[in-house]
Amino acid sequence: MNNKFRNNRKLYIGALITGMMLFLSVIGLLFTPYDPNEMDSSAKLAGISLSHIMGCDNFGRDVFSRILAGLGTTMTVAVGTVFIGIVLGTVVGAYTGYYGGRLDEILMRFNDAVLAFPALLLALVLISVMGPGKYNIMVALGILFAPGYARIIRGEFLRCKNLDYVQSARLMGASDMRIMFVHILPNTFNVMLSTIAIGFNNAVLAEAGMSFLGIGVQPPDSSLGRMLAEAQSYLFLRPGYAVCTGITIVLLIIGFSMLSEGLENNA
Amino acid sequence: MRYIGKKLITMLVTVLIVTLLVFFAFRVIPGDPAVQMLGIKATPEKVERLREQLGLNRPLIIRYLEWLKDFFFGDMGRSYTYGSSVKEMLGSKIPITVALTVISFVFVVAFAIPLGIYAAKHEDKWYSHALDTVNQIMMSIPPFFIGMLLTYLFGVVLRWFTPGGYVSYRDSFISFIAYLIFPALAIALPKAAMTNKLLKSSVLKESKLDYVRTAYSRGNSTNEVLYKHVLKNAMIPVITFLGMTLADIVAGSIIVEQVFSIPGLGRLLITSISNRDYPVAQAIIAIIACIVIVINFLVDVLYKLIDPRIS
Repeated sequence: MNNKFRNNRKLYIGALITGMMLFLSVIGLLFTPYDPNEMDSSAKLAGISLSHIMGCDNFGRDVFSRILAGLGTTMTVAVGTVFIGIVLGTVVGAYTGYYGGRLDEILMRFNDAVLAFPALLLALVLISVMGPGKYNIMVALGILFAPGYARIIRGEFLRCKNLDYVQSARLMGASDMRIMFVHILPNTFNVMLSTIAIGFNNAVLAEAGMSFLGIGVQPPDSSLGRMLAEAQSYLFLRPGYAVCTGITIVLLIIGFSMLSEGLENNA
Repeated sequence: MRYIGKKLITMLVTVLIVTLLVFFAFRVIPGDPAVQMLGIKATPEKVERLREQLGLNRPLIIRYLEWLKDFFFGDMGRSYTYGSSVKEMLGSKIPITVALTVISFVFVVAFAIPLGIYAAKHEDKWYSHALDTVNQIMMSIPPFFIGMLLTYLFGVVLRWFTPGGYVSYRDSFISFIAYLIFPALAIALPKAAMTNKLLKSSVLKESKLDYVRTAYSRGNSTNEVLYKHVLKNAMIPVITFLGMTLADIVAGSIIVEQVFSIPGLGRLLITSISNRDYPVAQAIIAIIACIVIVINFLVDVLYKLIDPRIS
């Protein structure tokens, strides 16, 4: 009982933090107190005040506005990444799990090779080929996340393809496509939920890391990772700038990881 | 032996696939390196001569095989940006990144294993729960942010080290290692938290199995059961995880080197990607990839040694 309660608590806290961050990032996409790119030379590195609740950066841009906008960008990239990953992963996983055969073996070998590598390294290869930018990051990370999803979907399809309900659907003359996407796919949803949550966690981390290195999201889009890199030069003068930005990233990640764990325990 | 042979072949095949992918990836990039080296004002004849000189006008697959051969014999071409030999550029950087990786890994093991066992032993105590919370938070801080927090706390406030004051291992080996301690901590803390959590849950899961009850019934003490029986089995998933972690640390050092201005492979990689200096970027990625593949192979072998049931 005690244990069950603790697991649920993780789910609640995770959902709460994630919900809050989602809310803030939607606000960041629609409205910010100041224009995140507007420079005010009289407010360079301004401290915390009523008009700038988190102070200003070295160009006099309002940090709070930039964090909101950066959250919007980060969340957009994360949603795009997970979406591309899920779609690719589902197609590959469904096909290989359902049909098996030679193609399955080749694709799974390839999958293992990709999964054995740190995602950051492969992302660097793709980005150095495609060039940096918001959309390229989404595509690169989406492709890299696909094998992970494909493996899980494949496992679920392997498990389900000979279950009674699938057999009876087959007897009723349902096509393979219908069986795969109407009958089996919805049953993978439970397992996928926690994987999707951890996918967001990884996407946020990867995007922030790459933007921190200057090869991720490019200006004028504001990005939390890039802000953190800029804040580092002013660590002596304005540690608050780095701390506010960093804590935003940490909250995003804590939210998604707790949500994922909670969902996993509940499944 | 057959197991090791099989893994060895898998390893070689992976090296081939990965180097092939890296090589082709860097050929798809739009823009002619010859034009880039000479500038857009160069005459077509001059460009053609350089293309010939660089061997750019031969079939891709031959260029790949030649590149592969040269790569393994240590000839990695010349940097487009600096004109110097890539091998020389990398030679002095590799020990730095390797040292950072090794120190980080030692930290991960040194923090995670004892704490994990301790937390599992005192599962119901308040400090074990407190450790869970600390873990949850630690796991969620990206290494580059931990790096900045450490820089602020120990570099700016306490002045235990000089931020950006990297010392080459050629000048003073001790100062070199001392400077790497905080970067290594930044890399290690989130990984240690994850390992700690995994080990704790693994020990707890094993402790509920029948053989543990049998071991107790034969009169073993708690410590004897824990260290002689439970831990052996509980370590198996942890070792897999540590192998993945080691590979992750190699990649993670790319970012942390940037935070602490350590002139290792990662920093050079980022510079070369920004400068579109492909021979350098390609060589670094191929080297890191090979390191990762070798680590994976060693983990597979170690796995077999610990658990002979695996085939």
